[in-house]
Amino acid sequence: MATRSVSQSGDPVEVHQRPWLTTRRVIIIVSTIVFLALFGIPLLNVGYKMVETPSLFLQQVVTGLTKGTYLAIIALGYTLVYGIIELINFAHGEVYMMGAFFSLSLIGLFGLSGESSALALTFGLVGIMICTMTFTAVLNASIERFAYRPLRNAPRLAPLISAIGVSFMLQNVGILWGDHNLWDNLADWTGIDRLTRIGDAMGSNMVAPKSFPSLLPNRQVPFIPDSWFTFTWKSLLVVVVSLSLLGALYAFVRFTKLGKAMRATAQDRDASRLMGINVDLTISLTFLIGGALGGAAGMLVGLYTGTAVFNMGFTAGLLAFTAAVLGGIGNILGSALGGLLIGLLLALSDQYLGSRWSNAVIFAILVLILVFRPTGLLGEEGGQKA
Amino acid sequence: MKRWISLMVTMVLLLSTLLACGTETPTEAPATSASGSTTDNATQPAGNTAGTPESITIVSSLPRTGSSKGQTDTIVNAIRMRLEEADNTICEGKVKVNYEDMDDATAAKGAWDEAKEAENAQNAAQDQNVLVYIGPFNSGAAKISIPILNQAGLVMISPSNTAVGLTKPFDPGEPDVYYPSGKRTYTRVIPSDDLQGAAGANWAKELGVESVYILDDNELYGKGLSNVFEKQAKANGLTVLGHDSIDPKASDYQALMNKIKATNPDLIYFGGITQNNAGQLVKDMRSVGMTNADVKFMGPDGIYEEAFIEAAGKDAAEGSYITFGGVPPAKLTGKGAEWYANYKAKFGSEPEAYAAYGYEAASVALNALNQSCDSLTRETVLNNVFNTKDFEGVLGTWSFDQNGDTTLTELSGQQVTNGEFQYVQNIK
Repeated sequence: MATRSVSQSGDPVEVHQRPWLTTRRVIIIVSTIVFLALFGIPLLNVGYKMVETPSLFLQQVVTGLTKGTYLAIIALGYTLVYGIIELINFAHGEVYMMGAFFSLSLIGLFGLSGESSALALTFGLVGIMICTMTFTAVLNASIERFAYRPLRNAPRLAPLISAIGVSFMLQNVGILWGDHNLWDNLADWTGIDRLTRIGDAMGSNMVAPKSFPSLLPNRQVPFIPDSWFTFTWKSLLVVVVSLSLLGALYAFVRFTKLGKAMRATAQDRDASRLMGINVDLTISLTFLIGGALGGAAGMLVGLYTGTAVFNMGFTAGLLAFTAAVLGGIGNILGSALGGLLIGLLLALSDQYLGSRWSNAVIFAILVLILVFRPTGLLGEEGGQKA
Repeated sequence: MKRWISLMVTMVLLLSTLLACGTETPTEAPATSASGSTTDNATQPAGNTAGTPESITIVSSLPRTGSSKGQTDTIVNAIRMRLEEADNTICEGKVKVNYEDMDDATAAKGAWDEAKEAENAQNAAQDQNVLVYIGPFNSGAAKISIPILNQAGLVMISPSNTAVGLTKPFDPGEPDVYYPSGKRTYTRVIPSDDLQGAAGANWAKELGVESVYILDDNELYGKGLSNVFEKQAKANGLTVLGHDSIDPKASDYQALMNKIKATNPDLIYFGGITQNNAGQLVKDMRSVGMTNADVKFMGPDGIYEEAFIEAAGKDAAEGSYITFGGVPPAKLTGKGAEWYANYKAKFGSEPEAYAAYGYEAASVALNALNQSCDSLTRETVLNNVFNTKDFEGVLGTWSFDQNGDTTLTELSGQQVTNGEFQYVQNIK
C-alpha cells in the first residue's frame, strides 16, 4: 500500500493517493448511523429494562433455555443426518411429531394420569420414553431405507424432494392417528377393548390439538426463597433429560468405535468403505439415533407444553433447523448451542420487544450471523463433525 | 425384491395420504357432484327467459376441516334443517332449492385459508344458479370473498362475521374497499364487535377487574375486537398493562406469560380464535402460576366452542369468561326455544353457539327468495334480503339496517364451569 512511489527514471511521480474515506467505509459509517438512529433508543431502553428488574430477566433466561434445550435435541436430528449424508432431512420435524403422538397414545393406553402413584408414573414414563424412542428410531431408519437410500447416488435435489414428500405423508398419518373413530374401529375389529383408550386420549376432533394429561409436577419452586425467580420441576426435568441425551450423544460419537465409524463416513464415504466400515449400516445407525432423539423430544415437549398436534413438526422443525444452521449444521455442539441461543432469543424478545416481533428477530439474527460466519457459529467442520 | 418392498411401502403411505384426505373432507364428493350438475343446469336459465328457473342454489362457505368442524357441523345441520322444513323448495313448491356445502379450510392449515375462500367465492359467482351465499365463518375470510361476490352482485348472509369494518367505518378505507361496485351486497345476522368488545370490557368492570393485559392473534377479527376492548376498558377506568400480538404457530407461550405475570394483571383478554392457539395460551397462563383465582381469562366468541375447552384441557379452561355476540342456543326464547328443542330431537346433540345463526341465515334467505318469485335474479334477491324488516325468526324480531347489520343487540356472557360453557348473564 505505497502511497507514493518513485518511477524508474527517478522522478517523483504523484500517484493517486488512496483517500481515507473509501466507499466501503462510507457505507459502514452511514449504516451504523442509520442503525443507531433506528434502533439505538429502543436498544438502550431494552438494556435499561433488563437491569431494572433483574429477577424477571433471569426468569426469562431460564424459560428461554428450557425451550432451547428441547429445540437443541430436535436440531441434533437435522445435524446428524446432514453431517453424514449432507441431506436436509425435512421429515425430521414429523418424526418428532410422531414421537409426541406415539407417547400420548401409550400414556392413554396405560391409563397414566395425574392421579397415578409416583412409582407408577416414574416407571411408566421411563418405559414409554424407551418405547417412543425405539419407535421413532425405527421409523426414521425405515424412512432412510425406503425414501433416501435408493436416491443416494441421484442428484442432491432428489432426496430433498423425497424428504419433503415423506414429511407431508407423515403429517397425514398424524391426522389419521388423531381420529378417535379409527381407534374405536380398530378396537372393534381386533377385539382389544383397550385400544379405545387411545381414541379417548385423542379427543373428539381429528385435527385439533391433543391434550396431554399433566403428569409432571408443575409446582413453582423459587431458586432463592421468596423471589420472583422460580422454576418448575417440569422444566427442570426437561432440561436434565435433554442435556443428558446431548451428553450421551456427544460421548457416543466421540469415544466409541461406532462413533468413530460415523465420523469417518461423514468425512469420506469411499475411503471409509475401503477401510472396512459398513457404510450403509453406519448411515442407518445415524438415522436410528436421530430418530430416537426426535422421539424423545416429541415426548418431552408433549409433557412440557401439554399439547400434541399434527402440524407441530413443521414449526418446531423450522426453528430447530434454523438452530442447526445458526450453530453450524453438521456440528453437534454447534447445533446444541444454536438451539439454546434461539430459545433464549425467543424468550427475551417476547419479554422486551413484544411477541409479534420474535420470529423476525430470530431470522434477522440468523441472517446477520450467516453474513459474518457463513458456516454458522462453530462452523461446519470446525468442531466434532458427526 | 428390494424394489418390491420399496414400492409396497410407498403405496401404503400414499394410500394412507389419500384416506386422510378422504376422511377430512367427506363433503367434498357431494359438493363436486353438485357443482357438476349445476354446470349442466347453468345453460337452462339462459334459455328459460320466463325468470323462474326450475331450481336455484344456495351455497355456504364455512371451515369444514380443522377444529372449527365441530362448530360448522352444527351450522350446516341447522341450514339443512331449515331447508328441509321448506321441503327444499320455494315459491309454493314450484322452484327446487339445491344446497351446496363448501369448505373454505384446508387440512394442511387446519383452519380457513385465503385461497380456498377466494376459490369458493369465484365458483359461486360464476354459477348463475347460485342466488344466496351463506358465510363465511371467519371475518378474515369475509374480507376476501365480499369484493369478489360484490362484483357478481350475489347477496351474502354471514352467520358469524363480527369484524366491525366489514360494514361500518373502522380502519381507513373501510368499509368501501370491500364494495367495488358501490352497492352493498353483504349482510350478517349477528351483532358486530364494536358491541361485543365493549360489552366484554363492561363485563370485566362488573367482575371487579382493575387491570388487564390484552393479547390478540393478529387477524382481522381478533385485532379489531381487542382494539375495541382496549378502548372501552380505558373509558371504564381500567388500567391496560399492555397489548401484544401472539405468534399463532408457536409451540408454547411460557416466556410471554412470564412477562404478563410480572405486570400482575387481574385479567388477560385474548382477542382471537381457537384455531390460533387459544388453548395453548390458557394452558401456559396456568402453568406459569397464574391461577384462576388470581388472574381471570376472557375471550370472545371465537373461542366459544367445545374445541377450545378440549385444546386447553378442562383444568386450564376452568373459569374462563367468554363473551358471545348473541345468545347461546339453550337460552333462546319463543321461536328460538322451539327450534332448540327440535334441533336436539332431530340430531340428538347440542347445537354449538352459531347453529341458531346459521338457521336464521337460511330463514332470511328463503324469506327473500319467496318474495322474489316474479323474477328470480340476483338483483331482486339482494334487494329483498336488504329489505328484511321486522323479521320474526329464532333470534327474535329484527331487521337489517342499510349497512346490512342486524338491529339485534343482545349479547351474553358465558363461563367455563366443570368443563362446560355455562350461561352467566346478558351483557351490554
